[in-house]
Amino acid sequence: MKAKFLVPLVLFLVLAGFLGLGLTLNPRLVPSPLIDKPAPEFRLPQLENPDSYVSLADMRGKVWLLNVWASWCPACLQEHPVLLDLARQQVVPIVGLNYKDGRDDAIGWLRKHGDPYTTSVMDADGRVGIDYGVYGVPETFLIDQAGMIRYKHIGPVTPEAVRDLILPKIAELKRAG
Amino acid sequence: MIPELGHFALILALVISLMQATVPLVGAHRNRLALMAVARPAAQGQFLFLAISFACLTWAFVQNDFSVQYVAMHSNTATPMIYRITGVWGSHEGSLLLWALTLSLWTVAVTIFSSKLPEAFMARVLSVLGWVSVGFLSFTLITSNPFDRLLPAVPEGRDLNPLLQDPGMIIHPPLLYMGYVGFSVAFAFAIAALLTGRLDAAWARWSRPWTTVAWVFLTAGIAVGSGWAYYELGWGGWWFWDPVENSSFMPWLLGTALMHSLAVTEKRGAFRSWTVLLAIGTFTLSLLGTFLVRSGVLTSVHAFATDPKRGLFILALLVLVIGISLTLYAWRAPRLAGGGSFAFVSRDTSLLGNNVLLSVVCASVLLGTLYPLFLDALNLGKISVGPPYFEAVFVPLMAPVVILMMIGPFIRWKTDEGSRVAHQVVPGLVASVVAGAVAAFLIGPATWRTVLGLSLAAWVVIGSVQILVRRLADRPGTATSVRLRGIPRAWWGMWMSHLGIGVFIVGVTMVGGLQQSADLKMHPGQHALLAGYTFTLREVVDATGPNYAAARATVELTRGASPVATLRPEKRLYHAQQMPMSEVSIDVGPFRDVYISLGERLEDGAWIVHLFYKPFISWIWLGCILMAVGGVLAASDGRYRRLAERNASSAAVGQTA
Repeated sequence: MKAKFLVPLVLFLVLAGFLGLGLTLNPRLVPSPLIDKPAPEFRLPQLENPDSYVSLADMRGKVWLLNVWASWCPACLQEHPVLLDLARQQVVPIVGLNYKDGRDDAIGWLRKHGDPYTTSVMDADGRVGIDYGVYGVPETFLIDQAGMIRYKHIGPVTPEAVRDLILPKIAELKRAG
Repeated sequence: MIPELGHFALILALVISLMQATVPLVGAHRNRLALMAVARPAAQGQFLFLAISFACLTWAFVQNDFSVQYVAMHSNTATPMIYRITGVWGSHEGSLLLWALTLSLWTVAVTIFSSKLPEAFMARVLSVLGWVSVGFLSFTLITSNPFDRLLPAVPEGRDLNPLLQDPGMIIHPPLLYMGYVGFSVAFAFAIAALLTGRLDAAWARWSRPWTTVAWVFLTAGIAVGSGWAYYELGWGGWWFWDPVENSSFMPWLLGTALMHSLAVTEKRGAFRSWTVLLAIGTFTLSLLGTFLVRSGVLTSVHAFATDPKRGLFILALLVLVIGISLTLYAWRAPRLAGGGSFAFVSRDTSLLGNNVLLSVVCASVLLGTLYPLFLDALNLGKISVGPPYFEAVFVPLMAPVVILMMIGPFIRWKTDEGSRVAHQVVPGLVASVVAGAVAAFLIGPATWRTVLGLSLAAWVVIGSVQILVRRLADRPGTATSVRLRGIPRAWWGMWMSHLGIGVFIVGVTMVGGLQQSADLKMHPGQHALLAGYTFTLREVVDATGPNYAAARATVELTRGASPVATLRPEKRLYHAQQMPMSEVSIDVGPFRDVYISLGERLEDGAWIVHLFYKPFISWIWLGCILMAVGGVLAASDGRYRRLAERNASSAAVGQTA
């Protein structure tokens, strides 16, 4: 075996090493322009009680999660057990932003699958979703005491994401506050 | 029930592919014909079961079976039928199934069209293809099963990503996959040849048509994809140097080098170890492309669902397939004799030069694509590499490729006199630079880019005419029509593909240098002027489609007093995913496109309107069509068929004797 014929193999293995490292990184962590910016204002009716409204100001002083969900979204069903589990631990309030959904469908869905939310608000026309840059459901935002968005999770929340990212960030924010 | 059938068919296909991978290889090694003979029926059986599996998934889409998770995520009762069918490959799981089906289709094609190959060689080729198939089928079944159930079923699905609801997207993925996956045949031939140590002209001749056909599909696939980006994304661009685009372009660059290198290996026996390396490299890049798209290590406009487990699996697959191949190469390649020698001034040198340049271009694209990943992995920060890098690297490297490409046919194989070649080539080159510079100054503000681009295009055209005239002058005495018919198809294929490059360059240069655009706020009834055209926004009305609501604008296009066209761009909102989409309207012409995309509606009833004037843009795709047609001509050259027949008859003689 002459050394020069090994060059392609070595180059390829170096490349593969980098690709392997790349798998442990997340290129999507950076892009959201909303991170470390004030969360957009909203004032929306509660799902179960449409006469009473919830707004961003009501949550001031708390570290909380805003979870965008809909009854028509299969991926929401996928993350649902994770949210239920998180709700049982009572770490932070979880506000559900019921996105572009029918009220009866949404209530029925929660009855059937369980309700992890401290409260859910209805964003029937998706205006608030647009303010929050939602382009797919589910998405989850972590918002701090001062109403700043500190983390955004795109797609279904996984147990790993809760354990490795969301819970540590919550602990950090609570300490800071 | 039907999805379970599909699932079982997929498992059966995996089992058969394992047989196809192992048994014939053992047979070829021990020289047992009975074991080698397993390869063909196994390949055909695998195809049958994959086709069944694919049909089952299609059926689930057609029937709106939302108890299948993949269907629920990518289809909807309101989705038009055609997009329910193409939704099958609209996302990760289904497109992997399409990948496997395509590979199997190529394998079956090899069993049919290369049926005259020696039995042991065929057994090895099919075995290598079988191994690749084992990898992809287990990937599909273990990490990305499209038949996974969603129980209880949801009443309504999510609809296909509206960006993909477009005629271009119906054919783009299958074409691209035919290209990508087609290089697996050249790869399998190369590995089989390395295993036997028989890397000769016969091997190159067998590989050539397969490589060319894969290249044709890839060319067409990339062209359709870029056309889709042009009219569907609504930004007016046609190429963005996006990681996913790059990952289809890299195999194209290396595949182009491979085609030319195979030609030299067949004709002159030279570059053998280089050709093998190119065959392995091209397929590596096809697999790498799959990895980049599927693993989510890079951000891209192609928003596929990503999952680190899948990334790890496909990386392991990549390392296994390519690692083993390159180890085999390191072991076997040193034994290859150099092949035919050639002088510095020879067609061999010009082809080698271009192959090296194409490989360097490919490496630069790879570097630019992965650079953000390298930096991130080394903790040097997050950056993104954009078009400025790629253009700065691409143009200076490709310009000599184009110049050499047209000089090559003037030079003789093996050795030639520098002064003779210069005598033939220099007048054309000088004329091209003059023509390019004059044209650039005539059409508008000349930049070095327009001068360079138009000179290169002129050189391609002048050179093409010259080599055609020379070719006809080769056989004096007969009528021109007879001489024209005497030229083999392969030669016409080369000629036309090279001419296609020239046409392509005209398009790129003119659009890059002379396009005009305007982003305006327009009220209905208002006019706007751009590039000598008057745009009148007549009205914006509400319209409804099967699964979307739209605002449709009517824009009248006039030039002077005469009407040119009425364009109707739309702003659509797709119901299920609540995704706004801009549906552009284009007046296509041979020398210019006028392109309108409708933006947002403002509070006061006005609309944002994006207007583009794009000179010669259709030449970009015309160039691609010429290249692809050239490839078809080259691959269908009668020479390959005659050689196949001759091999068959000599085999028959051998048997009777």
